[in-house]
Amino acid sequence: MTPSGPNANRTIDVHGLARVEGEGSLHVAIHDGVLERVELEIFEPPRFFEAFLVGRGYEESPDITARICGICPVAYQMSACAAIEDACGVTVPESVGKLRRLLYCGEWIQSHALHIYLLHAPDFFGCRDAVELAALNPAAVERGLRLKKIGNHLMELVGGRAIHPVNVRVGGFYRSPERAEIAAMIEPLQRAREESLETIAWVAGFEFPEIEADYRFVALSHPDHYAIEAGRVVSSDGIDATPGEFADVAVEEHVARSSALHSRLRGRDPYLTGPLARYALNGSKLPKVARDAAAEAGLGPVCANPFKSIIVRAVELYFACDEALRLATEYEPPEPAAVPVPPRAHAGAGATEAPRGMLLQRYELDAEGTILSARIMPPTAQNQLTIESDVRQVVESGLELGDTELTARCELAVRNHDPCISCAAHFLDVSIDRS
Amino acid sequence: MTSRPTLAVWKFASCDGCQLGILDCEDELLQLAQAVQIASFTEMTSAVIEGPYDVSLVEGSITTPDDADRILAVRAASGLLVTIGACATAGGIQALRNYANVGEYTSTVYAHPQYISTLAESSPISSYVQVDFELRGCPINRLQLIEVVTALLAGRRPVIPGYSVCEECKTVGNLCVLVAHGTPCLGPVTRAGCGALCPAVNRGCYGCFGPANTTNTGSLSKRLADLGLSERGVSRIFRTFNSAATEFSKESLEHDA
Repeated sequence: MTPSGPNANRTIDVHGLARVEGEGSLHVAIHDGVLERVELEIFEPPRFFEAFLVGRGYEESPDITARICGICPVAYQMSACAAIEDACGVTVPESVGKLRRLLYCGEWIQSHALHIYLLHAPDFFGCRDAVELAALNPAAVERGLRLKKIGNHLMELVGGRAIHPVNVRVGGFYRSPERAEIAAMIEPLQRAREESLETIAWVAGFEFPEIEADYRFVALSHPDHYAIEAGRVVSSDGIDATPGEFADVAVEEHVARSSALHSRLRGRDPYLTGPLARYALNGSKLPKVARDAAAEAGLGPVCANPFKSIIVRAVELYFACDEALRLATEYEPPEPAAVPVPPRAHAGAGATEAPRGMLLQRYELDAEGTILSARIMPPTAQNQLTIESDVRQVVESGLELGDTELTARCELAVRNHDPCISCAAHFLDVSIDRS
Repeated sequence: MTSRPTLAVWKFASCDGCQLGILDCEDELLQLAQAVQIASFTEMTSAVIEGPYDVSLVEGSITTPDDADRILAVRAASGLLVTIGACATAGGIQALRNYANVGEYTSTVYAHPQYISTLAESSPISSYVQVDFELRGCPINRLQLIEVVTALLAGRRPVIPGYSVCEECKTVGNLCVLVAHGTPCLGPVTRAGCGALCPAVNRGCYGCFGPANTTNTGSLSKRLADLGLSERGVSRIFRTFNSAATEFSKESLEHDA
């Protein structure tokens, strides 16, 4: 620790964090060489989704909640469908589930390629954006754009549109794509799978700060496959719950912490969802090629270095291409495209794995299917405290760095988790108490 | 050599989807970045060049006192100001607050309403400043965006249709879901631009692009009622992503039970 010297007292303010989705800022205060405060502030305007969903029809929630996030609309649609179907006591047929998974793979490919190549990789080259990176390494950026485009194509094919897909409904889809339409994706997906292997090798060669965080991981887990669109909520410290049970725990903690300090602290225990959590908890379910590529890239069974999340994201990119290819090859159009979901007065919860982490929704319906209450837990809202704790660790291990370098590393520590601030803006504790 | 025109992208209350439309121009993105100087676009770059800017693209609606001030600064720094998407052009889904009590909304969502600073209404950018061109859609069509940027750089008017989704349906050869299946559809009053995506998947149009240039919403509402939609159903169908657009707002209020 350096209680004196030019770096002993300083504040680092990053207004308008770049290359994250949405509007946020970071405030770091250092006094006498000791880190005093780290605050990731979200100044994204509140949009009140949970409020205006009340009184709307249950069939409207996939389209309305998609508008929370333009980068992961499928995640919102899938979690909404899962929650509404749970409330109504309906299980969709396997063929519908597989088509949902195929659509979701498109979103993973699009979002991971976007984050790896356009938002995250520039940091490792000292570039301010992908255009600068393209000047240094045009082949890499063009590969990233090709991968991203294939993800978007898959979403357009299954969902009808890449941003805010139109083909998703409670109970399934409006229309099942024909076999030939899906077959047309096989060749592009084979290319994408190859290019995702190249992606893993590329990012594995980056230089990473040596930092290990002590994460409490939370992810969906499924007995048969690497969980995306369904599963139970599990954690590295023993949670094993349905999405509804997990939501209940969170609700109770929230109610309690408004009056009792102990529960408030318990409720504030940070945890992490997203690629690092999925890889740690479900890595054994990845295809062998992905596991081998991960090992070759230097990853063990758990990756606790947040800067290496870019490698894990690349491994998941490979997985999403491989899984989409499998689903496209085996594709049988669901017939009918959707099953009826008669409403009932009941509550239900659903969780799925958005590219950046677990997204949970919970609804209470009346007998006509009118929404009585809605609760949405976006991944970035769940990750916010962990992101702050990462920044704290980065600052504490880098107090000797100059402002420019430390600021850059702090920003990177935030981007490591691919935060989606537009999503997080409406979560429960949006403001930081400065009193 | 003359210097490249500068382009800035600004975000207000929104989902980021319309800005993502720019990054989704995978085939054109690097070319675009050569044709214009991207001077401010935080979702894409850490580099920021001081204004003024030749063209500003504005995503999102105005919902907070700070943003009401910020849009004035953006306008002052911009040669041409183009709004992109339903939020910037018609208030977005968050304009549903305009039909409710925002204080109740705040306490429904937030545990500590006193921390939340928000305006009673979500308003389009044109309620605050002069807008040079409005590109519609929830989300925008990225090909239309390329047309707008290209046209503005060339100094001509963008060619963006103002007719309804019905015309697009006929062009692509969709079966009319309203006539053939009795499916409620906003196509007759909704602006073209998406490519008539919903009827193509056997679904009624739900109005992502807002009102067409000429609309007869009253007549459509009668038809929707004949198809069995309740008054509340008719009000709701007009009250989604473009609920602050005059024609849709008026019609939704007519049927607001």
